[in-house]
Amino acid sequence: MPRKYILLLKVVTWIGCLSPLMVLVYEAVTNTLGPDPTANITFSTGYNTLLFLILSLAITPVRSLSPRLSWLIHFRRLLGLFAFFYGTLHFFTWVALYTGFDINAMTSDILKRRYITAGMFAWLCLVPLAATSTTWSIRKLGGKRWRALHKLAYVAAIAGVVHFWWQVKPGVMSPLRLTIVLAVLLLARPILSMLRRNKGQVA
Amino acid sequence: MLIRKPNAIPSSEITPRVAYERFMARRKFLRTAMGAAAVAGASAFGADRIADILAPRTHAHADTKLKTVPSPLTTTGEQLTSLEDVTHYNNFYEFGIDKSDPAKNAGGLPTRPWSVKVSGKVKSEKTFDIDSLLKLRPLEDRVYRHRCVEAWSMVIPWVGYSLSELIKQCDPLPSAKYVQFVSYYDRHVEKWSGQDATIFWPYSEGLRMDEAMHPLTLLAFGLYGEVLPNQNGAPVRIVVPWKYGYKSAKSIVEIRFVEKQPPTTWNDQAPSAYGFYSNVNPDVDTVPWSQKSERRVGLPFWQQRRTTLMFNGYGDQVASLYKGMDLRKYY
Repeated sequence: MPRKYILLLKVVTWIGCLSPLMVLVYEAVTNTLGPDPTANITFSTGYNTLLFLILSLAITPVRSLSPRLSWLIHFRRLLGLFAFFYGTLHFFTWVALYTGFDINAMTSDILKRRYITAGMFAWLCLVPLAATSTTWSIRKLGGKRWRALHKLAYVAAIAGVVHFWWQVKPGVMSPLRLTIVLAVLLLARPILSMLRRNKGQVA
Repeated sequence: MLIRKPNAIPSSEITPRVAYERFMARRKFLRTAMGAAAVAGASAFGADRIADILAPRTHAHADTKLKTVPSPLTTTGEQLTSLEDVTHYNNFYEFGIDKSDPAKNAGGLPTRPWSVKVSGKVKSEKTFDIDSLLKLRPLEDRVYRHRCVEAWSMVIPWVGYSLSELIKQCDPLPSAKYVQFVSYYDRHVEKWSGQDATIFWPYSEGLRMDEAMHPLTLLAFGLYGEVLPNQNGAPVRIVVPWKYGYKSAKSIVEIRFVEKQPPTTWNDQAPSAYGFYSNVNPDVDTVPWSQKSERRVGLPFWQQRRTTLMFNGYGDQVASLYKGMDLRKYY
């Protein structure tokens, strides 16, 4: 794909990735955050964290479907960093609006409430990934080690989905869609590599 | 404060029901089509929510003023939650799990004719028509705090009278120790359920007899001086202000007097999280949430957080009901 299309698509992706935040800012300015603004902010930042994380995880398997899709790699880091960005907003929403910056409340939440434990763990997984997202880091770590480290993205996504399930009421199925997408992505890797191996044997 | 006066609208101005329903059906189709396009195009980027912002609010109810009298049991000193928020932020899972769903989906709830069956341990079973219930006692204006287990709260001006007034008319036998409330359920009307939640319908709730007889326990027919909007549990519901919101069953079709603690929907769903009593209690967490504090609906996000009060602030009136009980065990 020509460079200028990539550039154009990057601009579009940036706008898309920023739009959930823009919606929140717009709602805050126009006083339309809804009846329960705290819940709205919490859900929006949390949901988009998972969404962008899962989208970033989809890049590699989708690329492997056809050599003509290899250009997608230009978007993986962008999506991953936006996942971290929304995850961080989500984290600070909890710190400010739920615990009131109270360290004791934070620790007891993390220790006592398993959904917060899982969410905290997911966000902590993303921190080293964001920190080593530069090209310099890849070179410094070496491709092999960098790739191994960045498998943590899967761990973060699983923990994130568990966090989602653990905080909805029992019987509520709203996290199901993201869970299915993540499950498909997790299965895609071994299945695709198996198919490739079989193809190799035939040839 | 917004109180509409429907009497001021000449009948010629009122959209005929058929036209209204057609309009709603078309709207629904357009919304669905638009929604599908938005999802296909860019749901990842919040287009759904932009569409939500742009779409005008719908009121799935007809407004009708009720004649009311003041009540000494009203809660004072609280700022009321707006009618808009009270009627557009609802947990009524039969009509969808998103809190904006009931306002959109409850339009088809057939609130007339309506009757409430009284059964179980009573001298003789009987059925009350909604009109006779409305006339049984003077309707009182009662402001109550409303605390959801999801840790948000409202202040709602209900209209109704103490449930005890109805119970007296039912002649319960001495063996009646509990009262069970069964909500309306018709899978053809409430077709949105089951998509996003696995819950056994109809919704069932219950109270101990002394709780049901407590003057604060309200049989509610309206809010903000008007008949209950469908999404708030029309045409008749229970309101128990010192318990989490799910104890206050909506759209009641049957009241059963029973000997043993009746099955209740959320307790069946998750016994460890939702107890039978479900009194608002800041010292007992309700998995997964902390109940120490709550978010008041309708305030800016930096002003929402407030401390949760024992029995939702109604301890003076109701604490004696639980004397000698370990409220950590009987949560």
